[in-house]
Amino acid sequence: MSSIAVATPPVWRRFVGFNMLTGIVLGVVGWYAGWYGGHGVVGPSIDYFGDVDYNEISVYLAYIGGVIGFLAGLGFLNYPIARLRGYPPSLREKETEGIGRYFSLCTDHKVVGIQYLWGVGLFFFIAGLNAMLIRFELLRPNHQVFPAGTYLTLVGLHGTMMMGIMTSGILGPFANYLVPLMIGARRMAFPRIESLTFWMLMAAGAVLETTIFFGGFPTGWTGYAPLANQANPGMDNYILFFALVGISMCLLGVNMLATIVTMRAPGLTWTRLPIFVWGVISTAILNVLAAPVLVAALGMAALDRTAQTNFYVTAAGGSSYLYQNLFWVFGHPEVYILALPGFGIVLELLPVFSRKPLWGYRLSVAGLLGVSLLSWFVWQHHLFVSGMNGDLRPFYMLSTELISIPTGFTFICGMMTIWRGHIRFTVPMLFCLAWFFNFLIGGLSGVFLSDTPSDVTTHGSFFSMAHFHYTIMGGLVFTFFAAIYYWVPKMFGYKLHEGMAKIHFWTMFVFFNSTFAPLFAIGFLGQPRRVVTYPSGLQFLNDWASVSAFLLGCSMLLFLWNLVYSLVFAKVPAEANPWGSKSIEFQLPSPVPVHNFDRIPVFSSDPYGYGEPARPLTIPAGAPAGRD
Amino acid sequence: MTAETNTPPAPAADNQGRFVVIAWLVLSAVATPLVAIFLGPIIPPGNATVQGQGQVFDNQVMTALATPIVCLLVVYFAYTLATFRARRGAELVDGPPLREHHGIQVVWIIVTGIMVLFLAGFGTYELLKDGAGGGQGPNAIAFPPNHKNALEVQVIGQQWEFTYRYPSLGGMESSQLVLPANTDVELHVTSLDVIHSFWAVELGVKADANPGVDNVAYVETRDPLTFHVRCAELCGLWHGYMFNNGRIVSQSDFQTWATQAQKQYAPIAKYVPKYSHTYLPDPQRRAG
Repeated sequence: MSSIAVATPPVWRRFVGFNMLTGIVLGVVGWYAGWYGGHGVVGPSIDYFGDVDYNEISVYLAYIGGVIGFLAGLGFLNYPIARLRGYPPSLREKETEGIGRYFSLCTDHKVVGIQYLWGVGLFFFIAGLNAMLIRFELLRPNHQVFPAGTYLTLVGLHGTMMMGIMTSGILGPFANYLVPLMIGARRMAFPRIESLTFWMLMAAGAVLETTIFFGGFPTGWTGYAPLANQANPGMDNYILFFALVGISMCLLGVNMLATIVTMRAPGLTWTRLPIFVWGVISTAILNVLAAPVLVAALGMAALDRTAQTNFYVTAAGGSSYLYQNLFWVFGHPEVYILALPGFGIVLELLPVFSRKPLWGYRLSVAGLLGVSLLSWFVWQHHLFVSGMNGDLRPFYMLSTELISIPTGFTFICGMMTIWRGHIRFTVPMLFCLAWFFNFLIGGLSGVFLSDTPSDVTTHGSFFSMAHFHYTIMGGLVFTFFAAIYYWVPKMFGYKLHEGMAKIHFWTMFVFFNSTFAPLFAIGFLGQPRRVVTYPSGLQFLNDWASVSAFLLGCSMLLFLWNLVYSLVFAKVPAEANPWGSKSIEFQLPSPVPVHNFDRIPVFSSDPYGYGEPARPLTIPAGAPAGRD
Repeated sequence: MTAETNTPPAPAADNQGRFVVIAWLVLSAVATPLVAIFLGPIIPPGNATVQGQGQVFDNQVMTALATPIVCLLVVYFAYTLATFRARRGAELVDGPPLREHHGIQVVWIIVTGIMVLFLAGFGTYELLKDGAGGGQGPNAIAFPPNHKNALEVQVIGQQWEFTYRYPSLGGMESSQLVLPANTDVELHVTSLDVIHSFWAVELGVKADANPGVDNVAYVETRDPLTFHVRCAELCGLWHGYMFNNGRIVSQSDFQTWATQAQKQYAPIAKYVPKYSHTYLPDPQRRAG
């Protein structure tokens, strides 16, 4: 190394260049360019809007311009342009810069994972706050705090954000961070696309939040069509948001599949993959195949609203069922996109904390892939009483109930893994054990909903709402926190405060159940979803749920404080392997160095060899050196 | 860190497993009848109609079936977490490397498979028996036995109220649903604008109202009763206020009500479109 001192650039240089700041500036510029460009579009259908100073086309163009400007400002166009001008190919951008890499296009998969964690976390907390406001409104049977339109917008924002952003809740932070490590690679297959998925998701979040400036949207997260056609311009934000999320999801899935298929280190056969990676595979397949359906459905919705086509207008030859079908062809795999990574995390963590190998490796893989496959054949259970294809209902009842078989594989494999183990009740383990309880309730209530006669009463009621909160919050969010407590010390190099973590777990578990269990009864007793009023006889149960929800919110604040306290103030360094795990990421230093491995590892077993004669997991020497 | 111990000998493990199975069987044997007898019947929608009663029976069977599953997990986790707990602060000791057990896997798959097939078969039978009160679309496949003589009532959803038409009473319109007791009713649900969902809570009836679609649901009423009607599909701004009461009245009261309501309806009859199974107004554009 030469001894020439490198001059430190002045501070202002850090803020100039292609980064988030430039992105926001160009985003605003692009937004106004699109907005005024949209006003230039004239035609008979636009005249319809008469005296209002906007039309739907200018709203769409504004946001499309804004997103393009934002991404260009972050530097996503630089590399394609450089290649066109003849510069050599490169795979790395900004990987060695300081804190600034977290605010720009960075191709280090670990940086993207951490970006995702904060980004997804931000929207998770905003959506959670919306839920608090919804429960606040429901303290009284009559509508009291918010205007009816505002209430519907809150419901829509909560649902859309949770279902949109949290699709990447585990794949975003944890799969991006861990999959290359777990398969012994130094990067993802498409590092720039990896960064693109994150920034696109953040742009989408901003698009959705600004719906409040356009009157919000009244449709909830499903965006059913005849209602969407007559809604405020805020509906356009919903459509663009979900389309951007769909593109981001699809790219994320492609990237994961390509990485896992092509970049596994020597010796890492399919039966040696960590089960979390199998969870990612089964989710990524759904990401890739489901998201395009959503984008297509929303494209038609956008055309209905701008170009006055009639895809979903029955009176003009369209069909209101078309949107429902397309939406749920995406929508049901979507809920498994949320749940499957959770299965993977539970099965990944149980062996570590019971010091036993994963029981039934092949059965659990079959379970994950089976759920992934079957989730394509069940969507019409969302339409049991819709009046479409009455004769297909027995089939969809059967296919829906069949899903409980592969889901049961996950249960039996998890249960047998802890049998005769040495169980340690660490915080991540507690969250995994809670998963069994929550998902059991969620799954059994799902059987009631899949049974067509029983579904007649529970369909579209608070019962189904409680059911999917048990599966998604109880299944996804609990495992999301398990993953945070398990891997954040590895990602940031600092321990999280254990006492606070335990209080967080117990309060979250108790108040989660106390919030959602009464909602089963409320649904059976006649309260439909998304209403602002309810029979006064249900006030006690509603108030109980509301108060529990507020306490659940407090539990989340405690978590937030723990995160800030541990990572910003306390800064207790974490050991490289705090849990005694045999998985490869814990054999690396904390935090993981930029290039992950000095030499590509060679695998000779899966990471679950607890209680088995030690087989060397990785053999750094003799491995091919220069794989990038 | 790998303990090379091939710890507890097989008989001990067998006993542990046997204990869990026996405890589970005992608990299930006690809990299942209790749940079926005491919890099952109180699950809504109640016995106000034949269809509602069918749903109650469905729920009763499913809660009874779910009880052993819950018992299994309760017993299993209680025993496992209590018995196989690592002592606090102890060295990390590995458990026995049990990776698979062919028998358990096969039994698990067969048992869950049988339960699922039974549930699907049972649900299909219950559905086809009388339609279970759900909307079946224009071509219904499940009929109550007496449906040929059923009273036809149309439910029209629009933002934000339901209107009811009685073709047998000259297409008369009413803003309240009134049904005669002990009668088969054939509900034709449709919408004028967006998707609504007609939910007669205590009757166990739900059918989506789609514009341009005739969604048929059957229900057999019993004794007189006042019930709630709600819209169960988000339909815009005042969705939360789209509710009303309905009444089941005795046959003679129904005749009295019908005569009176027809009299009230007569002056506006000529402004109301002719009775049909669907109404298609001009395509909706923006409302706001």
